[in-house]
Amino acid sequence: MSVITTGIDRRKFLKTSLAGATGLIVGFYLPGRHEVLAASVAPADLNAFVHISPDNVITVLVGKSEMGQGVATSLPMLVAEELECDWSKVRFEFAPAARAYFNPIMHSQLTGGSTSIHTSWEPMREAGAAAREMLIAAAAQKWGVAASECHAEDGEVVHTATKRRAGYGSLAEAAAKIPAPANVKLKNYTEFKIIGKPFKRLDVHPKVDGRAGFGIDARRPGMYHAVVLRCPVFGGKVASFDATKAKAVGGVKDVFPISSGIAVVADNTWDAMEGRRALVVNWDEGPNANVTTESIFAGFSKALEKPGVPAKKVGDAASALSGAVTKLEAEYRAPYESHATMEPMNCLADIREDGAELWVPTQAQTSSQATAARIAGVHPDRVKVHTTFLGGGFGRRGRADFVADACEVSKAMKAPVQVTWSREDDMHHDFYRPAALIRLSGGLDSSGKLVSLSAHIACDSVLNWAFPGSVKNGLDRTSVDDFYNIPYDIPNILVDYQLVPGPIPLGFWRSVGSSMNGFFRESFMDELAAAAKKDPYEFRRDLLQKSPRNLGVLNLVAEKAGWGKPLPAGRYRGIAVVEAFNTYVAEVAEISLGQYKNVKVHRVVAAVDLGQPVNPSIIEQQVRGGIVFGLSQALKGEITIEKGRVVQSNFNNFEVLRMNEMPEIEVHITNSHLAPSGMGEPGVPPIAPAVFNAIYAATGKRLRKIPYRPDDLA
Amino acid sequence: MAIRFMVNGKPHTVDVNPNMPLLWVIRDTLNMTGTKFGCGESLCGACTVHIDGEAKRSCVTPVSSVEGKNITTIEGISPNHSHPLQQAWVELDVPQCGYCQSGQIMSAASLLAKNSNPTDAEIDEAMTGNICRCGTYQQIKAAIHLAAAIARGTAKPTNSEFDSVAPGVIVGGAK
Repeated sequence: MSVITTGIDRRKFLKTSLAGATGLIVGFYLPGRHEVLAASVAPADLNAFVHISPDNVITVLVGKSEMGQGVATSLPMLVAEELECDWSKVRFEFAPAARAYFNPIMHSQLTGGSTSIHTSWEPMREAGAAAREMLIAAAAQKWGVAASECHAEDGEVVHTATKRRAGYGSLAEAAAKIPAPANVKLKNYTEFKIIGKPFKRLDVHPKVDGRAGFGIDARRPGMYHAVVLRCPVFGGKVASFDATKAKAVGGVKDVFPISSGIAVVADNTWDAMEGRRALVVNWDEGPNANVTTESIFAGFSKALEKPGVPAKKVGDAASALSGAVTKLEAEYRAPYESHATMEPMNCLADIREDGAELWVPTQAQTSSQATAARIAGVHPDRVKVHTTFLGGGFGRRGRADFVADACEVSKAMKAPVQVTWSREDDMHHDFYRPAALIRLSGGLDSSGKLVSLSAHIACDSVLNWAFPGSVKNGLDRTSVDDFYNIPYDIPNILVDYQLVPGPIPLGFWRSVGSSMNGFFRESFMDELAAAAKKDPYEFRRDLLQKSPRNLGVLNLVAEKAGWGKPLPAGRYRGIAVVEAFNTYVAEVAEISLGQYKNVKVHRVVAAVDLGQPVNPSIIEQQVRGGIVFGLSQALKGEITIEKGRVVQSNFNNFEVLRMNEMPEIEVHITNSHLAPSGMGEPGVPPIAPAVFNAIYAATGKRLRKIPYRPDDLA
Repeated sequence: MAIRFMVNGKPHTVDVNPNMPLLWVIRDTLNMTGTKFGCGESLCGACTVHIDGEAKRSCVTPVSSVEGKNITTIEGISPNHSHPLQQAWVELDVPQCGYCQSGQIMSAASLLAKNSNPTDAEIDEAMTGNICRCGTYQQIKAAIHLAAAIARGTAKPTNSEFDSVAPGVIVGGAK
């Protein structure tokens, strides 16, 4: 295996080994292009990697985590578009943990915030284009002609005049000796052959025959399986424990305390679980043993008695409200939510004296690596991270708590150890979507025009939990998302925030602040439309004239859903529009109410504008997935707290949407050629308000908390 | 205590706690990892296998109860990925994260073995025990209809030269 360096700085060039690779690795760094990135990122490390083997197979190293959102297909498509290669020859491989794969927005190798396509859009295409130019140069050299006389097509370089051809595989070695071009010209969208096509996922085959390796499937010679018993109360710890009975369980190898609780190590997962059941523990439940959902909301309510930290101020919302002809006030709330990925948290760690290896389903390679390095007592460079497929992520796998579990146990056992969380562990020790309380007020003038809007939001801060101390001045923008950047044209706006610290661990949950604020804002907009005696679509449309992308998807969804047209008896519609992560999504839900006031969602029509679509099929999958995730929040499970601990434990009491509740979903993608944004999360926020607005249309009753419970209509 | 049973046509003898759920025997003792752990309580369907042809949740099936029985896992559902469900799943690009799909396919296979042309309602009934957090239900339902049509000979997948994963495609960093 040889390595092509770019001719920029061979010493700094990232060396990587590709499992089983026999051909060439082509690495690229294009100077000048990304120098605006954080100073902490060594510029020569900013590469995309393309491996071309002698049999013409092109392997793209994917530095993002594949958790269903399709990066293992869409990122190779970006490379292949410029490489002019045969798509059937393109493969992917997950990249190691390295600075080369840092997310430039997050300064860390992290997959989240719907940033993968957005941050790969130029670098991955540039990598493909540079590879193409080097292959052309290699062919030209070989044939003794000018490179300008040659072109690339379908994985071959062609001497245009003579039609002489050479496959990329045969040129790769020579191309390795050619300096990378300093500049490459990227295609205009009119020239795209791959981008914008609904190509099948590259990971579909191993996902239908059991071969796809998730973290939980990792196996190493001589490994142990372990589980951890954690204090059910947040902030509690072990006071004392008796492991006698646990150690007597067949197959149990050892029982000992680690940072997160008591580890039980065995030959297999079941024996470890049996050992854990036999543990006798006295917990020191700490200061939070009396915390309940209601005590937390009482704290929010009290906090809202005082003004919060301003997040947006336009005009004078208070005096505009007092002068308004129609005034509305409403209080909404949203619960804690668990990520409940289908694959529970797990990690296989092998901590050795000279280094460490992880096999881990992680969204956060850099912090996983740092965690292992800290526990192993080695430099992070000595920690090799094997990113597996992720059985769902939704933000949960951005944390490294489960990595620490495995590293601590492996270090103590001096052997590879896989720590597996049970579903109950996973649900009891998540980093939850925050619960939130909001007070909204709005004022309409005599013509029904919205002249004042105020939003006062109370919740704990996700950012403070994820990055302690990161919130300065008490303002976490994720907590006020969709309000501080409200797109509606309103002359007087006040948005403020009360950060109420609490003991319930918080984390990024698919669409983050928009998952709750989208519900709050779009429900209240519906209330205001009703107060103004206007159609909810037209009311929004009139206020979005200065926000063309929101307006575009709103109009598109109204048209495709047949807004305003008659529905079958007993069916009702609701509409909502929310932008998240620079992707604009409008959804219309069609519902009916059953005999027992159960809500049946029959049809959802979605319109999205995310700029240039890279793979419309994957985009559709993500919109559908976001809607299902959002419907689970709107209609199904919530996390509640009693005695300082989570009440729910498994899918019987934290319910999620199932097949018999699945609506027909129709997705429409706008024809845009702007630089693309992401689709992993933005499908979630509009669905809860669209459904609740439909419930209002059906009943005339405004429900102001999720999830829906039939008793709420009593 | 030695317990004997067949998995995908091959005989196995294991000496484990007889209460151990079949799931963990398959995954940890036999190291066949296609069958997934999701809930441990028969609530999500990720662990679905066939026991003497019937779809069962292996996470709540004590291994002692399968003595002498024939187990089929996702790895054994077809010799060359040619089961109509696998063809249909590929044709319609069903999986997202993919974690639940082994169980989905095993539940669907049991349905199609009994009912060659299920209605939407029959599919709902058979598949509602299988959770997909990525929300692939609409595609799963379409793929079951397609698989039924492939099996009846009234549909042909465009990828008829079904060739599993071409060399070089990794199956995750775990293997």
